[in-house]
Amino acid sequence: MSTESSDASAAAAHLRTRWPELALAGLLFGAAMLVITDSLRVGTGWGDDGPKAGYFPFYIGLLLAGSSGWIMVSQLRRWARTTEVFAEHEQLRLVMAVLWPMVLYVGLIFVIGIYIASALLIVYFMFRYGKYRWAVTLPVAIGVPLFFYLVFERWFLVMLPKGPIEHLLGL
Amino acid sequence: MEELSNLAGGFAVALTLPNLGFMLIGITLGILIGVLPGLGGANGIAILLPLTFSMNPTSAIIMLSCIYWGALFGGAITSILFNIPGEPWSVATTFDGFPMAQQQRAAQALTAAFTSSFVGAIFAVALITFLAPVLARFALKFGPAEFFAVQLLTFCSFIGMSKEPAAKTIASMMFGFALAAVGMDMVTGQLRMTYDVPELLKGFNFLIAVIGLFGIGEILLTMEEGLSFKGKTAKISPKVVWQTWGEILKYWKTFLRSTAIGCWMGITPGGATPASFMSYGMARRFAKDPQSFGKGNIEGVIAPETAAHAAGTAALLPMLTLGIPGSPTAAVLLGGLLIWGLQPGPMLFVEQKDFVWGLIASMYLGNIVGLIVVLTTVPWWAAILRIPFSVIAPVIIVICAIGAYTVNNSMFDVVTMLVFGVLGYLFKKLKYPLAPLVLALVLGDMAETSFRQSMLLSQGSLAIFWSNPLVGTLFFLAIALLVWPLWGAAKNLARAREARPA
Repeated sequence: MSTESSDASAAAAHLRTRWPELALAGLLFGAAMLVITDSLRVGTGWGDDGPKAGYFPFYIGLLLAGSSGWIMVSQLRRWARTTEVFAEHEQLRLVMAVLWPMVLYVGLIFVIGIYIASALLIVYFMFRYGKYRWAVTLPVAIGVPLFFYLVFERWFLVMLPKGPIEHLLGL
Repeated sequence: MEELSNLAGGFAVALTLPNLGFMLIGITLGILIGVLPGLGGANGIAILLPLTFSMNPTSAIIMLSCIYWGALFGGAITSILFNIPGEPWSVATTFDGFPMAQQQRAAQALTAAFTSSFVGAIFAVALITFLAPVLARFALKFGPAEFFAVQLLTFCSFIGMSKEPAAKTIASMMFGFALAAVGMDMVTGQLRMTYDVPELLKGFNFLIAVIGLFGIGEILLTMEEGLSFKGKTAKISPKVVWQTWGEILKYWKTFLRSTAIGCWMGITPGGATPASFMSYGMARRFAKDPQSFGKGNIEGVIAPETAAHAAGTAALLPMLTLGIPGSPTAAVLLGGLLIWGLQPGPMLFVEQKDFVWGLIASMYLGNIVGLIVVLTTVPWWAAILRIPFSVIAPVIIVICAIGAYTVNNSMFDVVTMLVFGVLGYLFKKLKYPLAPLVLALVLGDMAETSFRQSMLLSQGSLAIFWSNPLVGTLFFLAIALLVWPLWGAAKNLARAREARPA
């Protein structure tokens, strides 16, 4: 661990591809295990009326396990030699800075509906990253959801998730 | 010529006032989608698909395919003026397009790009016009075994032709198949891989996957680069257009070669992106002055744009005739056809003549409309790109969320979209190809059904795949494409072994 951190401070701080590579392949391998287990449950053989439900997915699961397993093994075999950069820490910070608000946004849709959550998301981005004044931020934050409301609910009659505030307004 | 009379009938369908209106809307939306980061042909159409459920299928597909043309045109604007490829297939356009813009030749570069796109597309549409009915008639003879062999060929060619490591292509594809298998089994009615989660009963919808993988994933990638839009302005005058047209005429060989590459890569599911790179590489190899490439050579704009547009258009040929899409965007269009109750494949040409020929006619018209629209409106699109990312990004996230929600009116889908977004980011960063995942997700059920039907016919014997010359040839081709990269890997390994003792 100590050598790794000194490496990292020598160049620009970054994350190498080896952990993400292993993690993603591991995730796919896990998915393959789920597929295989469930295929075995519903039956992979030949039923009264032809192939059973697990007949096809079983082999898909095997192939997925094989390919992701191969990626994992070859990653482990060249563990120390892996020098490719996945992303610099600064880049990861930027990605996280968008990802968390996104997760929060989706969570908020459950609670207060899509319109207000969208307005808040736009306000957050424009305030935090754009450094806009209220006079610019507010019209955009209110205008965009309003536009979508008119297009979807009024024009195409597609209902979008709403929260208590919209219900209070009787929409 | 039966095709020509059919085509004339198609023009009669497409040339109505409402349909021309939808074409214009589609092209405009398409360019917008192509220009904005995070929105592209595939996920743009996926987001707009739910809005077309109430439209008549012909008008809907005309509008959606025009979005596709618009997105193909739009990608060139950002790559030339801002050095930002709005779409993966316009990466190669930046090599010479942006240097041209820096040399105050943006208008020439844009005119060349749009014209090449147009030429590529028109050739590909002509190919569809005459080849599609033949292929469809031929495919009418197909049984389940032949269909499965064609699907196998599609997927094997992905593995054989992709630049990414074969293991990653296979993993991505199989993950798509696995996702497609989740939910109720269509034959036995049994539930598979749902693990008692009620939301999974319906399985994973590929539209959600596309919106997440391409939309949210792209936003995350764009954010990483900490984008600041600093681009060149451009205004195209009729005089420049005329001059440029005169200038690019002498590159007719490049046009022909790039169209051929594009059509080939589009029909076999190589896709527009590799087609554009391959075409750029070929143009440089055959050029008298290869050193001038990358420094603002107009031929370096013509070659990738022609090929990308030809490939993007030709990808619709197997989609219409065999029900096998040649690109993720074609896959989304195919999903749309299924939702409207139209089964793509050879029967479409028999049962839905109006629809098919209306669509083909609209491809000609859509590209003409598109060319005129982009040539006249370039400055506005460039202005849109000056809106800072801090405003565009949240709006695109909102659009993706709404798009995901409206597919099934389910919040679970919005959460799934987010997960797919993170997955898309990881896939792109670790060089897993996304197209096989999407295609497998769309075709999974179809491939499984045709495989199981073949097995029923043969009582479980794989021998059905070489039981007659047609299916045997297809099957053999598929296997050949599959082992192609293995052969290369084996040769490299052998060479490494030889080198080591010395």
